[in-house]
Amino acid sequence: MTGFASFVNKESLHILRDKWTLLIILIFPIVELLLFGFAISIEIKNINFAVSAPHRTEAIRKQVEQISSNPYFTFRGYISGNQVDKELRSGKSDAVVEFSKDNSVLIALDASNPNKAMEGAGYLQSILMSGNSNASETTSNLSSIMPETHMLYNPQMNSAYNFVPGIMGLIFILICAMMTSVSIVREKETGTMDVLLVSPVKPIRIIFAKMVPYFTLSCINLACILFLARYVLKVPMSGNLGGVIGISLLYLALALALGLLISTVTSKQITALIISGMLLLLPIIMLSGMVFPIENMPAALKPLTYIVPARWYISAIRKLMIEGLSFKYVLKEFSVLLTMTLFLVALALKNFKDKME
Amino acid sequence: MRTLLVLLDKEFRQFFRNAFLPKMVLMFPLAVMLIFPWTTTMDVHHVNISIVDNDHSQASERLINKVRASDYFTLSNNAETYSMALENLEKGKVDVIVEIPKDFEKDLENGKPKKVSIFANTVNAIKGSLGSQYMSQTATQSIAELYKEKGVSFSSARVSVQYRYNPTLTYRYFMIPALMIILIIMICGFLPALNIVSEKEIGTIEQINVTPVNKFTFTLAKLVPYWIMGFFVLAVAMIIAWLVYGLIPAGSIGAIFLGAALAALSMSGLGVIVANNSNTVQQAMFVMFFFVMIFVLMSGLITPIESMPSWAQTLTYAFPPRYFVDIMRSVYLKGTLLSELWVDYISLAGLALLLDLLAAITYKKQE
Amino acid sequence: MKENIISVKELCKNFGDFKAVDRITFDVKRGEIFGFLGANGAGKTTAIRMLCGLSYPTSGSGTVAGFDVMRNGEDIKHHIGYMSQRFSLYDDLTVYENMKLFGGIYGLSKMQVERRSVEILNQLQFKSEINTLVGSLPLGWKQKLAFCVASLHRPEIVFLDEPTGGVDPVTRRQFWGMIYKASSEGTTIFVTTHYMDEAEYCNRVSIMVDGQIKALDSPAELKKQFNASAIDEVFRSLARGAKRGE
Repeated sequence: MTGFASFVNKESLHILRDKWTLLIILIFPIVELLLFGFAISIEIKNINFAVSAPHRTEAIRKQVEQISSNPYFTFRGYISGNQVDKELRSGKSDAVVEFSKDNSVLIALDASNPNKAMEGAGYLQSILMSGNSNASETTSNLSSIMPETHMLYNPQMNSAYNFVPGIMGLIFILICAMMTSVSIVREKETGTMDVLLVSPVKPIRIIFAKMVPYFTLSCINLACILFLARYVLKVPMSGNLGGVIGISLLYLALALALGLLISTVTSKQITALIISGMLLLLPIIMLSGMVFPIENMPAALKPLTYIVPARWYISAIRKLMIEGLSFKYVLKEFSVLLTMTLFLVALALKNFKDKME
Repeated sequence: MRTLLVLLDKEFRQFFRNAFLPKMVLMFPLAVMLIFPWTTTMDVHHVNISIVDNDHSQASERLINKVRASDYFTLSNNAETYSMALENLEKGKVDVIVEIPKDFEKDLENGKPKKVSIFANTVNAIKGSLGSQYMSQTATQSIAELYKEKGVSFSSARVSVQYRYNPTLTYRYFMIPALMIILIIMICGFLPALNIVSEKEIGTIEQINVTPVNKFTFTLAKLVPYWIMGFFVLAVAMIIAWLVYGLIPAGSIGAIFLGAALAALSMSGLGVIVANNSNTVQQAMFVMFFFVMIFVLMSGLITPIESMPSWAQTLTYAFPPRYFVDIMRSVYLKGTLLSELWVDYISLAGLALLLDLLAAITYKKQE
Repeated sequence: MKENIISVKELCKNFGDFKAVDRITFDVKRGEIFGFLGANGAGKTTAIRMLCGLSYPTSGSGTVAGFDVMRNGEDIKHHIGYMSQRFSLYDDLTVYENMKLFGGIYGLSKMQVERRSVEILNQLQFKSEINTLVGSLPLGWKQKLAFCVASLHRPEIVFLDEPTGGVDPVTRRQFWGMIYKASSEGTTIFVTTHYMDEAEYCNRVSIMVDGQIKALDSPAELKKQFNASAIDEVFRSLARGAKRGE
């Protein structure tokens, strides 16, 4: 055991002595969590609209006022009919409401962002449809029969709730994978790996000795992030702190195992860093469900998402933290992550042994 | 000039001799462009609805049928009570709960409508908002029909909607230019930085520092290959966008490449600055990673800048990719003219100039 | 009386409180083989880096090839060649590609580079390896080639920092043969080493201890001065009180 302990000691010293990198590893996740947690949102907060109305009647002016009184809409002014295309194309407005002489209305929208366009259309339609200059006595306002909508869990649509699990999933796996893979590969590159391997300590133990300090560092990161998520970003920790910590620790172990695996496929630091930091970034953002809902992906690609560890972690964290469910609801995610971790470790060790022979 | 050519010759030889990089620069963009557009759907399909019918009348049945008939909604087993429906929502099986109040039909006939309630699970904010909106529209329509049969009509103006530039409302088209930008950010950001620090770590940079090579020439020789790579990757991506997704730029290709050039200049400038201040590839990578993460998540690529709080929006004025995103999407999807985007171009050029200047200044041949 | 091509007065380099180089003063004459001896950590590399324009002195003055080390570092570089302690050549370029690169950097035309390369490689009987990647060569050859590349452009001074580290005795002998040849052609050689026997090969030698120059003379004179039969002994008597080094 002393052999193992001395290796852990050596690794820890390496880390502690490189103050800059240590700082980066501890501070960056915090900064990014705060930035993204507060800044990222998918709410459509503002739609710029212009109006083209050759006959500016009182009714039309009223409707324009009604729309612009909504905080989500900004009135950009009246434009002439032949300017509509330029208005949309240049991005000055997202929508143009064109009133024609025969009281028909055309809502022209910049649909490059389809979601924004649809939300804008929905709202504009409901206002424009219920306000009509030719109302007869038997008609009533449409708004009286429109349902009442309540948003649950996230009534202010505070997307931070949605994104914090995603950010956690992204940051943990990449930082851990980068740290571990580059640390092992650096020894290969500088030749000190051979020195380690001739020591009486078994190679497996050497590798695990390397993981221990990084695991500790990651735990420190985890603690900081959970603390910030709860108290600064106000993400509810509706009850299940133990579960959150448990599954997070498993996820960290998985990330370290991934780093280990990456280190077995290359002997150059640059390659290890490119794989863990650059190549993995996009798949995790795109396939983990952190931004793009998995349910909507084409059936052919869904299997691809199953192999992205972040997908399972993010799903579990959302259930535990945001929906406040008990641990039994995330047993599936837990077992998948556990299996993945064991598989990665086994594969990495096999590669490592093969390379040594 | 000769020195520059000689250095470039060295850089290209080294690049192509590397076992990993050339393959990566080719395969990575291919994989990204072939796979990810399919995953970037914010399209909302199959919203799971659970209807709590407290009225059990013909009217409520009509409403339920209308929902059932819609392709957009999936009617899951209707719950008897709200709390049961809520449980299903918590389990993730239901996205939107519709509660039809007691006496719904009666109140309808009395002309005193009692409102239907819609509850949306907004953990997934888009599904929640769009799903509930559609549900609201569907319910309103259905109720309006019921009223019409009773002789009450809600008139509305003839309102039609025209979706321009992306009439099929395909979210993929919105994301494909974004993916191209992400590729350029990564290739022109990470790779030059790692290349330079690597020479520092190995020690060969000292051999250059001791020669009369001027630091501008040296920096330029380090950047030019990656600019070329950026263009190459963009071209490949655009060809794939055309062949596989049928997306061709509505505007001028020249405008696109000009934007790309400026973006490449900015990112690589940043990469050099980071490299000049790092001693190990690990440090350089972590710092670049920090910036790239911020750029990818906060430049409007994946989530809109207008959705950010104002302090964050102000911050994005310092992010070169932000301008490129606007340029790319506008030119690709809307055919916006270069002249209409001059603010973006000038800002991007300004940032590029600043970053490249700093890059050259921070490189110290003599310490 | 040959003129001084390197002239250094009270040159210092401090890193915080640590005086890596502590007021060194010496001259090197044109055409000399000047040995800069000292234990590891004595400050040799730091000193050489100041002379090559890689590092700014903290205080003191010096000129190399007529240019001030503090203000005209870049000008010095036109007149010198340098071989660093670590790696000097690119492992992933061939022998010829390395020569083409550095030749081009120093302003040699393509033809000149070709001619010089072939000339050098023939002398070393290494022409067959002209297209071999440097990374696959044994250390001894790498060192010899690095010296060639450093002198490809026939600079006035060649700085060599521990050029024979880790190399077998036969290669060391060959290396010094190359140094003599360069010297006979008028190149000034400034070489640092911690192999004391190499001191005998130099015209004059200085010995650095703890950042200071404790002795400076021809090997013969030094041996007389210290009543020693080898420079090794001279060094040991000087290094007795040393705080840094082996």
